[in-house]
Amino acid sequence: MNSDWNKDLKIKFTVQDPCQLVRKSFGDPVAEDLRFVVKSVVGEENFVDMTPNRSNNFCCGGGGGFLQSGYAEERREYGRLKLNQILATGAQYAITPCHNCHAQVHDLAEHYEAPYHTVHLWTLICLSLGVLGPQEREYLGDDLKEVNVADFTSMY
Amino acid sequence: MAEEVIKLTKKGGSTLKDKVMEILPEGGNLNLCLTCGACSSGCPATGLHDMDPRKFLRMAALGMDEEIKNSPWIWCCSMCQRCIYVCPMKIDIPQLVFNARKTVPREERPKGILASCDMALRSDTCSAMGTNEEDFQFVVEDVLEEYREAQPEFKDMQAPINKEGAYFFLNQNSREPVTEPDEMVPLWKILHLVGADWTYGTKGWAAENYCMFLADDDAWKHIVEVKAKAVDDLGCKVWLNTE
Repeated sequence: MNSDWNKDLKIKFTVQDPCQLVRKSFGDPVAEDLRFVVKSVVGEENFVDMTPNRSNNFCCGGGGGFLQSGYAEERREYGRLKLNQILATGAQYAITPCHNCHAQVHDLAEHYEAPYHTVHLWTLICLSLGVLGPQEREYLGDDLKEVNVADFTSMY
Repeated sequence: MAEEVIKLTKKGGSTLKDKVMEILPEGGNLNLCLTCGACSSGCPATGLHDMDPRKFLRMAALGMDEEIKNSPWIWCCSMCQRCIYVCPMKIDIPQLVFNARKTVPREERPKGILASCDMALRSDTCSAMGTNEEDFQFVVEDVLEEYREAQPEFKDMQAPINKEGAYFFLNQNSREPVTEPDEMVPLWKILHLVGADWTYGTKGWAAENYCMFLADDDAWKHIVEVKAKAVDDLGCKVWLNTE
């Protein structure tokens, strides 16, 4: 696994610290592990942290049942803090290692017409490994639809 | 500034705060607030429905249980615990919120959360989207077959179901098998490449647990027990929940 695919592209990534994983479970050490993986995958120079971060990061607003509560207007108002945090990084991609975070951060971008994409961590790990097929790029932008696509037909 | 004077209607007896203090370690430190406001200044829910964490705790301390129960804010706090993290006194406001949810009659709690919990209670899959054992197994096997054929590098990839003695028991959010099954594949690939010994279970495979958010303790416990039993019945060592 390496970040060679992004050496020249220089696409910038930030990462959301899932409350459940970081603040509520394993704390800053797992936030460090998360950054180690992310930097390995996208390149250290292409990672931009949000502020604040790690255990001190803000909840995106996807947790606690908020997504299913019917209070969509409130949820999106809550999420403006997260939206502005992501926009301040200037990153083209927000990596969301949690399912709820993915749904909420993705919805925020759509609702506020923000320019960033929202991706699962597993998508990027497979991209960097060169095993991400064309059908597994639903959440990637046009800039990554054809990058490092596994060429399965030529292998056998 | 409040425009009207708040008239307290507390008539003595046990308040919400007192009850919550009885069940939390150290009483959740609920009597230790210095009113510094660190909680509210860093809470994304501050300002929603004219509420914030410090105000919420003040209202509880004043015995304003009815106002708390009737505030939609208890469903706008995600219980993310950032307020505890920054609090110099480590006051457990999220548990106060969670227990405030319990004071609302079950049928009056948000319909979306209620329906998701009730759906999960209907089968041993625990799926909030109502996906049954057969459908889950079909989707997983169908997607696996498709990818093994289309991507020969992964022709030996497995997505085991009910594999006894597997090391990892993996949960899956219902959204993937139901609405975007291709999103399951990158995770399978990673597990395949690292040689992980894992399995799904037809029972207890759904990762979500809306009964917890509904603050229905009995239903929450039931869901956790069904899932834990599924892990134990297969003799798996580690239960991986990606929620």
